[in-house]
Amino acid sequence: MHSLTDVEVQALTLRAEDIRESIIKMLVEAGSGHTAGPLGMADVFTALYFRILNHTPRHPDWIQRDRVLLSNGHIAPVLYATMAHAGYFSISELKTLRRFGSRLQGHPHREALPGLENSSGPLGCGLSQAIGMALMDRLENHKPDRYFYCLMGDGEINEGQVWESFLLLNKYKLTKVISIIDRNTIQIDGFTEDVLPLESLKDKLEAFNFHVIEINGHDFRDIVRAVGTAKSSLDKPTVIIAHTIPGKGVTPFEGDYKWHGKAPNIEEGKVALKELRSLRGKIRYGED
Amino acid sequence: MLRKTLFTINEEELATREGFGRGLLNAGEKDDKVVALCADLTESVKMDAFRAKFPFRFFEVGITEQAMSGLASGMAAMGYVPFMASYAMFSPGRNWEQIRTTIAYNNVPVKIVGAHAGVSVGPDGATHQAIEDIAIMRMIPNMEVYVPCDAVEARVITEHIATTKKPAYLRLTREKSPVMLTDAYTWNGGKAYIMQIPEHKSVTEFAHRVGVIACGPIIYEALKAANSLAKDGIGVTVVNMPQVKPLDTAFLLRFAKDMQGIVTVEEHQSSGGLGSAVAEYLAEHHPIKVARVGIEDRFGQSGKMQELYEEYGLTAKHIVEKIRSLVR
Repeated sequence: MHSLTDVEVQALTLRAEDIRESIIKMLVEAGSGHTAGPLGMADVFTALYFRILNHTPRHPDWIQRDRVLLSNGHIAPVLYATMAHAGYFSISELKTLRRFGSRLQGHPHREALPGLENSSGPLGCGLSQAIGMALMDRLENHKPDRYFYCLMGDGEINEGQVWESFLLLNKYKLTKVISIIDRNTIQIDGFTEDVLPLESLKDKLEAFNFHVIEINGHDFRDIVRAVGTAKSSLDKPTVIIAHTIPGKGVTPFEGDYKWHGKAPNIEEGKVALKELRSLRGKIRYGED
Repeated sequence: MLRKTLFTINEEELATREGFGRGLLNAGEKDDKVVALCADLTESVKMDAFRAKFPFRFFEVGITEQAMSGLASGMAAMGYVPFMASYAMFSPGRNWEQIRTTIAYNNVPVKIVGAHAGVSVGPDGATHQAIEDIAIMRMIPNMEVYVPCDAVEARVITEHIATTKKPAYLRLTREKSPVMLTDAYTWNGGKAYIMQIPEHKSVTEFAHRVGVIACGPIIYEALKAANSLAKDGIGVTVVNMPQVKPLDTAFLLRFAKDMQGIVTVEEHQSSGGLGSAVAEYLAEHHPIKVARVGIEDRFGQSGKMQELYEEYGLTAKHIVEKIRSLVR
């Protein structure tokens, strides 16, 4: 995978801003949901769905597709918004988030929406499912060539099941599993290092024999390069620690753990959209 | 359907987990999509034959019941039929939420095998005696629940659930128990069936007619109880209900209409399990007297199986008392 050109980076950046706008709109409409995580992971999701994944949004059950398992299901708005922008379903459906009868359940429901690989919400379950999938992929001698992306929050690493899964990932050395941890340092009750310290996360993961890459989760070149490196690791499974800013793109939300678990009201939404739209102009016209 | 050697000195005994082991091997030979996972108890839960025959389709996951559920869910999502086994106290005991979210809510065909269920595990004590597992599993949407009465039925149910698209829970026991069914027994689609009718006379000739509905090896105690009551003019018909969910309600309604009362029998808390399922249905559709034999809101303890059956009111004698209480 060649390094991204400036034009490609700009296109992805604009796409991510579209997705952030959708996230704000759908959360305001829903009146509840998580804000910080979805905004913080918008760049990683954009890179995945618009650059990295081998997938066919019009045929979501295509057997050769790469699998994306969202483990921290509460950031579903970014998954839904990215999928809609990628063509899995219409962007207008995003406003049904959390509504009665909607395919966009408050937390993802695999059976409700084609293109979802797993249901999630209760934390810590995604990696084990990715491992199960990759074990069957290995049973089939990795044909067709597929990757299994597990997206995790940092707070959810509190869960014991995640550590069970790390042990198993090391045992089976499944290099087709590429884990991406959203290291935004917040969880509901506060900063991760206050609630239940994770550091040194990198050392812990390296002790499990993983190939650990730390990246800036808002730098498209970093994201794409890290996944490329992960694919070339043939002995160790890769875990990417993506350092992100929770609430990224909306100054009043950035880095504030109070925005982890609540949605903006109409006024706050207007402020957020205004800032995101002005950012669009800067991206497009190269201002700063 | 019952073996002729039953209640004789030639009675054959085999644990239900043994039947499961054979069934899994058969299922594995029939379908290469059948895979197995075990949490460090492979010989104990009788997955060792499968492991020996299909080493690449067997996954030793260590003592990770929670992650094991996720692995199995992922495998099923790739088109496989995973059987995941541990002791019932740990799976579904410890990983209930993972089973609910990643297996049942995902609606993937994972088969959860809970071995060493009931107080009959004996000396290990209360921590290892799962007596709430039927209750917690039958409450989960999409989940089917099976409780085989002997090794033959365990084998047949295992072969059956390997072919279905639904999540399922299979409850097994550790101790040897009488092999009641003949090898001619085949899966009947989950229907309840009469295992024994009163001897010598037709049911209607009895002054009192009571139906016993049971699941699991404890049905043997119910058969003994029924035999002892015929001389007292109480006609007891014993029904095996190997599939607790979905419950064979059509049979239940028909059957209850012929009876003055129903006694349920299971090696489980008397609330939440088969007895609750039967009582719930009958209360709404055909309210008749129901009495439940089970453990009365207590933990188990160490002891021999027979001692524990005595202590927790699970023997033929206790079943007789319950039946008499209905016709008194």
